[in-house]
Amino acid sequence: MDQIMIRVEDLKKEYKLGQIGGTTLRDELQRKFAKMRGKEDPTKKIGAKDYTAGETFMALNGVSFEVKNGERLGIIGHNGAGKSTLLKLLSRITAPTEGRILLNGRIASMLEVGTGFHPELTGRENIYMNGAILGMSKAEIDSKIEKIIEFSECRQFIDTPVKRYSSGMYVKLAFSVAAHLDSEIIIMDEVLAVGDMAFQNKCLAKMKQAAEEDGRTVLYVSHNMNTIRQLCERCIVLSKGKIIFDGDVEEAISAYSNTNVDSVTSYINLEDCARPENTSATAFMHSLEFLDSDEAIFSRDNAIRLKLNWTAKTDLKGVYFRMILRNMLNSPVGLIQSELIGDFSNGETQDTVFEFDPKLLADGRYHLSIALYQKGSLGNSMALDHVTKACSFQVISKESELADTLNWTHTWWGSVMFPQMRIIKQED
Amino acid sequence: MSDNNGFKTVIDSKHKLFDLHIKETLGYKDLIMLTVKKDFTAKYKQTVLGPAWAVIQPLLTTFVFTFIFGSLAKLPIADADGSFVVPGFLFYMSGNICWSYFSTTLQHVSNTFIANRATMGKVYYPRLVSPVATALSNLISFGIQFALFFVIWLFYIIKGGTSLAITPMILMVPLTIIQMMLLAIGCGIVISSLTTKYRDLAMLVSFGLNLWHYGTPIAYGLKLVPEKYLWFYMFNPMTPVITTFRNGMFGFGYFNSGYYLISWAITLAIFFVGLILFSRIERNFMDTV
Repeated sequence: MDQIMIRVEDLKKEYKLGQIGGTTLRDELQRKFAKMRGKEDPTKKIGAKDYTAGETFMALNGVSFEVKNGERLGIIGHNGAGKSTLLKLLSRITAPTEGRILLNGRIASMLEVGTGFHPELTGRENIYMNGAILGMSKAEIDSKIEKIIEFSECRQFIDTPVKRYSSGMYVKLAFSVAAHLDSEIIIMDEVLAVGDMAFQNKCLAKMKQAAEEDGRTVLYVSHNMNTIRQLCERCIVLSKGKIIFDGDVEEAISAYSNTNVDSVTSYINLEDCARPENTSATAFMHSLEFLDSDEAIFSRDNAIRLKLNWTAKTDLKGVYFRMILRNMLNSPVGLIQSELIGDFSNGETQDTVFEFDPKLLADGRYHLSIALYQKGSLGNSMALDHVTKACSFQVISKESELADTLNWTHTWWGSVMFPQMRIIKQED
Repeated sequence: MSDNNGFKTVIDSKHKLFDLHIKETLGYKDLIMLTVKKDFTAKYKQTVLGPAWAVIQPLLTTFVFTFIFGSLAKLPIADADGSFVVPGFLFYMSGNICWSYFSTTLQHVSNTFIANRATMGKVYYPRLVSPVATALSNLISFGIQFALFFVIWLFYIIKGGTSLAITPMILMVPLTIIQMMLLAIGCGIVISSLTTKYRDLAMLVSFGLNLWHYGTPIAYGLKLVPEKYLWFYMFNPMTPVITTFRNGMFGFGYFNSGYYLISWAITLAIFFVGLILFSRIERNFMDTV
């Protein structure tokens, strides 16, 4: 039986820009009196527009969708796309400016783990407290407390105040409560980002099971495409307060990657990029361009070609190029050096095309820090021009590879994916 | 709601004036009880004296009052004319425990949105739960104080030698406590609703409560107030509450049913204005707080 659990109709949410509510009563009264006497607002900045007509920002600008029971819907989008606002409206933390939301059942929202946990209370007391905040009755919690404690893997500490818990235990306990809610709709906002891998997978499995077996509806917001892939069957992409894609997860993820206009474009103008202060400026890099692709998204079995446009600002001997790769967590992944480019005289402008192999890179986004350099006599590098955050590119698995590779977690596994081990021999 | 096509919940951009969420709040009674319990246990965790602290504060205040206002300033400790004998300690204590309940509750409730911002920003529950739970958990402290008051009162009744008597007026006592609670919640939620936008009011609360304290016959008897200003003085809804409480417990004093009813009317008016304001603010307060 397909029942519509959530219907969102032309939802809009407007925020005032600038100082919201940051006024004092005195300012407000002054403003009122001035208005009554037909004078100019005395509190506004000189030359500024009328305060009351202040600028607004549409965090959500006409969003409509429907979710059926048993559906696992992922919501992705860049920071500021309106994901959190949408969740806030759905979980009734703030009211919409326009439009409405129709719900068919209770909502359990996990926008944060451990909401309402009090550090002085014991784990058990907090289960009751947290459960009640999420809308469970005491009798309901009584009947589930054993399951909750079991799931949380914290039985040993359940009668200890949670202020003595490690953060991992805290999260596990909090998630367990939420996971055992009887609500028909579950909303999660990246709460799984914490906790260890094993527990993360356990949570995802639990959510999946809740949807498949009990027909509960799961809404999940994350920046982690892997967990989205693992959990969801349908995905909405938000961009600038609007839904730009609604449908299949893989397509949604690629639609999401495409909205990355400013950072994974294939052509990058380097002229205005920030450079470290100690750069000698004996060369100048104008632009960098990824060839063969409109956007900087690559699969790992083709070489990536890029073209650097640069000018020598003095006579240069023995010029090299290098790139430092950093992953999304901003930890260095490795350094790629070029062969010797050559010697150049002052004013010469070059288009140098490089090629490198992304074979060992795991799925994910990589930032590039690039430099032209000369090799010093001691093996040190002397930068001629250096752009620390030049651009980024993304490595993705091909659909055919997905079957026997893992969803990559950079935090634990680093960013290097070695070639698969071969099986030489197998015995019973 | 005719057009919600069988959906159970509708989150709308429009707000109805009298949509006060009272029924919904009552549905969260377990949360209210747990919050009360949490407030109470968390307050006295890691203290040596525990709930005894609830008693120490009003006792000390009462001692100070007995000394300063009774022995030094010699303010009258009677609400009405007549030659009644009442132990000063009992007189001051009656006023103090009522006022301390009223003022702490008002102060805590007026802080509802700001104090619970972290929780309220992450999960929905009827916001009214917080003020109600605050009022109830303070009621526990009040209960402990009242128990002590009751023991002292009983001591004087048995010992005799005072004008204390048990009259039918004692039945008014629970009513005054309820009124005190409604008034504290009412004022508190009005202020809490306004403080989400104007933080000034938060500053005003403790200061205002101080002034209000002087305008209420706690440190002195109502007799001190000149007859011709009495009608104005009685507009303070806390005055009839205190005098009626005392009249109920002592069996003598001041009671004017007209003023008493007016104070109830003011209390209810503040309470409902508070509810309406609160239910308006709670929809969007996360955007401004």
